[in-house]
Amino acid sequence: MSLERFISQAVSSWMSEDGPDSDIVLSSRIRLARNLSEINFPTLATNEESGKVIETIEDRISKGPAPGFGKMELLKMDDIKPLQKRVLVEKHLISPHLAENAPHGAFLLSENEEISIMINEEDHIRIQCLFPGLQLTEALEAANLIDDWLEENINYAFDEHYGYLTSCPTNAGTGLRASVMMHLPGLVLTRQMNRILPAINQLGLVVRGIYGEGSEALGNIFQISNQITLGKSEEDIVEDLNSVVSQLIAQERSARGALQKTSNIQLEDRVFRSYGTLAHSRIIETKEAANCLSDVRLGIDMGYIKDIPRNILNELMILTQPGFLQQYAGGPLSPDERDIRRAAFIRERINMEKNQ
Amino acid sequence: MICQECNQRPATLHFTNISNGDKTEMHLCERCAQEQGEMFMMNQGSGFSINNLLAGLLNMEPSFQTKKQEAFHQEHVLKCNHCSMTFPQFVKVGRFGCANCYETFKGQLPPIIRRLHSGNSTHMGKIPRRIGGNIQIQRNIANLKQVLSEHISKEEFEKAVEVRDQIRSLEKQLEDKRKGGE
Ligand SMILES: [Zn+2]
Ligand SMILES: [Zn+2]
Repeated sequence: MSLERFISQAVSSWMSEDGPDSDIVLSSRIRLARNLSEINFPTLATNEESGKVIETIEDRISKGPAPGFGKMELLKMDDIKPLQKRVLVEKHLISPHLAENAPHGAFLLSENEEISIMINEEDHIRIQCLFPGLQLTEALEAANLIDDWLEENINYAFDEHYGYLTSCPTNAGTGLRASVMMHLPGLVLTRQMNRILPAINQLGLVVRGIYGEGSEALGNIFQISNQITLGKSEEDIVEDLNSVVSQLIAQERSARGALQKTSNIQLEDRVFRSYGTLAHSRIIETKEAANCLSDVRLGIDMGYIKDIPRNILNELMILTQPGFLQQYAGGPLSPDERDIRRAAFIRERINMEKNQ
Repeated sequence: MICQECNQRPATLHFTNISNGDKTEMHLCERCAQEQGEMFMMNQGSGFSINNLLAGLLNMEPSFQTKKQEAFHQEHVLKCNHCSMTFPQFVKVGRFGCANCYETFKGQLPPIIRRLHSGNSTHMGKIPRRIGGNIQIQRNIANLKQVLSEHISKEEFEKAVEVRDQIRSLEKQLEDKRKGGE
């Protein structure tokens, strides 16, 4: 398969399209957890019960698609190869839990991959909407429409007091997890993250790196999400997150401005060195690739680099993960082979852009 | 004190977990304590899962710290009659077995829920359209009653009458629905 075709098939809309403030906010996600009232939660459900959940959803689909979202196909995890599962996880379309530990898992995916519905994950139903840029309100609206559509034929487990009843008590109430993925190289370079993180935690939000282990945020990409799900309305949860994100955007922009003012040539040097590494290296590890991609993306956003589209960061952060590299190679690769493939993939991708 | 999980941020949460007479202490930062193995975490297995964290939280409940009450609970173990999950099992895995567990363990839940949700214990969000119609009306009535008492305390009687009529019509709706449902 050609690289161009591979990319066009592999890229979801949230990775390729621009959204509001998408120079800093890469994507917005809303997740709603729901359960059927009469059936044991997936951790305890029997084969039969899990099958019944899938049947219920299939039945719902057969009565007509969710308005405005096109046809959604139901796929069972059993029918999906391990490598494909991995790719779906790397694209953030399904959770690692669904891929690895959900024997009766299934999911629905909209054509543009903005909507996915996981079935028999930790909860019977998890609706997820993933939009480019800062679009939490829009994503919540979409999730609510899907939710209402499902509810027309499904009796949800709901309690006046505890709201939507979920398998884990940390999700009870709204079942809502709202999150944004932000690229914050300015705040990292100016060493402000250590000051900002505790303040954000104090506001009831959780910050963490999406790529990389532990507290490390590979590629200066952070995920910020709400911690509590009960006692606030969905709109308030989203609004509270929005306001913190807006402040972070402003601080990131001013950090970038300050960097340009005080260290313009150093910054430009850093950006182009990273560009050079991506364009010419023969072996590159995930971590180095992520850091270089972050620099190049910053260079694009700040106008140093003009011939590369900025979505290259979102795209290559995902397409150079192990699952994707192996999918492109058509088979398993050792870590050393992956580093070589990764370098080749990035070089080709950059050249593809230049030759257009 | 530094968080023992990330060794970076200051530890703000301190758990003492007593099981079988063994005392273990954990000192975590807010962030590590709330890590939940959510979707976007590509790298799992960092050692400390929400399960044992939750078990730690639940074990801290005062009602489970005194031996007397432990003995009481061993004799009368709460058990969900729908999914057969017992309360100790719930504490261990940190997951409910079914929706009915919430009802079964309702006496034990409030402190747990409050701890997990910054002191909140009542759902304020969306109500399912089809099955939740009555709940929505009840919530509206409760809100209007508050408005009513505000108007009365400010001696805004005309407005109060308006609100009172709204409440009456909602109460009638509720009654009609209940009759219709039977
Ligand atoms: Zn920590
Ligand atoms: Zn139960």
